[in-house]
Amino acid sequence: MAISGTVLVLFLLLHMIGNLKIFFGAEAFDHYAHWLREIGAPLLPHSGFLWIQRVGLLVALGLHVWSAAVLTIRARKARPVKYAHRKPVQGSYAARTMRWGGVIVFLFVVYHILDLTTRTFNPVADTSQANAAIVQGFAPGRWYVTAFYVLAVVTLGFHLRHGIWSGLQTLGVSNARRERVLQGTAFAVAFVICAGFLVVPFAVLTGLVK
Amino acid sequence: MSLKLRIWRQADAADKGSMVTYQLQNVSPDMSFLEMLDVLNERLTLDGEDPVAFDHDCREGICGMCSLVINGIPHGPEKATTTCQLHMRHFSDGQTIDIEPWRAAAFPVVKDLVVDRRAFDKIIQAGGYISAPTGSAPDAHATPVPKADADLAFEAATCIGCGACVAACPNGSGMLFTAAKITHLGLMPQGQPERNTRVIDMINAHDEAGFGGCTNTGECTSVCPKGIPLETISRLNKDYRQALRAAS
Repeated sequence: MAISGTVLVLFLLLHMIGNLKIFFGAEAFDHYAHWLREIGAPLLPHSGFLWIQRVGLLVALGLHVWSAAVLTIRARKARPVKYAHRKPVQGSYAARTMRWGGVIVFLFVVYHILDLTTRTFNPVADTSQANAAIVQGFAPGRWYVTAFYVLAVVTLGFHLRHGIWSGLQTLGVSNARRERVLQGTAFAVAFVICAGFLVVPFAVLTGLVK
Repeated sequence: MSLKLRIWRQADAADKGSMVTYQLQNVSPDMSFLEMLDVLNERLTLDGEDPVAFDHDCREGICGMCSLVINGIPHGPEKATTTCQLHMRHFSDGQTIDIEPWRAAAFPVVKDLVVDRRAFDKIIQAGGYISAPTGSAPDAHATPVPKADADLAFEAATCIGCGACVAACPNGSGMLFTAAKITHLGLMPQGQPERNTRVIDMINAHDEAGFGGCTNTGECTSVCPKGIPLETISRLNKDYRQALRAAS
C-alpha cells in the first residue's frame, strides 16, 4: 500500500507540475506535451518513455488496489457482527473515506484518460493539440466535466491527506517527535497537489488561459 | 439518577443475541460503571432473572479485565479511563446507555458482554518475551538503559491488554496492542537478541488470530485507557522492515 502509493504520489506531483506549464501559453504547453512523447529519443521510440511510465503506473495502481482489497476483506472478516451503536471517535474524515474515495478517484482516472488521452469524450480529437483540448474540454458549456473534475480532485486531496501520513507510518518513518511534522507534511503535499490541479480548470473558466 | 440501559444479551457463543432494554432507578452519580451494573444484577437475581455477565477483576484500572463498548466507545466517553474507573457522574439523568461487548472475530462472545481474549495470549506467546537466566535477581543497574529509552519502554509497557484498541478499530486490528509489546521490549537491551524474530512471529500470530490489518486511522490510541501512542505502530513497522532486511 505504502510503496505503490509512493510511486503514484510522485507521478501526481510531476503531472501537476507539468499541467502548470499551461500558464506559459498555448505554444509552450503544446511543446511540453510533444516533448513528453520524445523523452529518451533517439534511444527510445516515439512515446516510448510514456509507455514505460504507463506500464509502471499500471503495476503500481494494480498493487495499490490489490492491497486495499486484501485490507478490506480482512476488515470485514475481523468484525462479522457490527456494533448497534457506533461512533467514530478520532478517525478523521479523510481516514474514514479512504476506500470509497479511492473508488471515486479510480473512476475519474478512467474518465480522465478517455477524455484527455484518447480524446473519446473530448471535442478536440487532434492529439497534438493539448492546449485546445484543455480549453475546450473545460469550456463553460461542459460545466459537468469541470464539476466531476473538482469533485475527483478534492476527493483525491482527502485521500492523499490520510494516505501520505499513513504511508509514512507504515514505512516506519514516524515517531513521537516527528509525528506532527509528518502530519503537517501530508496535509501540505495533499493541499499543493489539490490546488495545483484545480487551478487549471478555474483558469480556463475565468478566461486566464485561452 | 434514572437510566435506560440497552444491553447486549447473548446466552452463549452459539446464541444469536440481541439488545435488551432495562430501566434502572436510584443510580448514585458516585457509583462506578461496574457498580451500576452490580446494582442491576442484584435486582435481576432477586427477580429470578439471569444476571448480565461482564468481565472485571481489580476494579482499579490496572488488570485489563473490564471491557464494554459504552455508547459506541470502548471503555466509555472519558479519555484514558477503564470502564471500572468510569463514574456515573459523567452521564446525565434519564440518559439511554448502550452497552455492547468488544466486537471482533478474534474475540468471540462467551456470554453477554464477556469475550474470549485468548487471541492476545497467542500473540504474546509468539514473541512477547525475552530470554533471561532464571534464579537470583540480577544486580540493579547491572545493565544500563538510557533514561529516554526507559521512559518510552515504560510508557508502552503500561498496556494492560484489555483489547479496547481492537474494539475501536474499524478494521478490527490488534496492531496497537502488538506494537506496544514490540516497542516495550525493542527499546530495552534485554530485548535485543530476539528483536528480529519477535516482530515477524508476533505479526504472524496476530494475522492468524483473525485480526484485521492496520490503516492508521488512530481510533485505537484515542480509546486506549493507558494512552499508548500511535507512534508505537510506526516503531513496529520499522522493526518489521529491519527484520525483513536481516532475513534476506
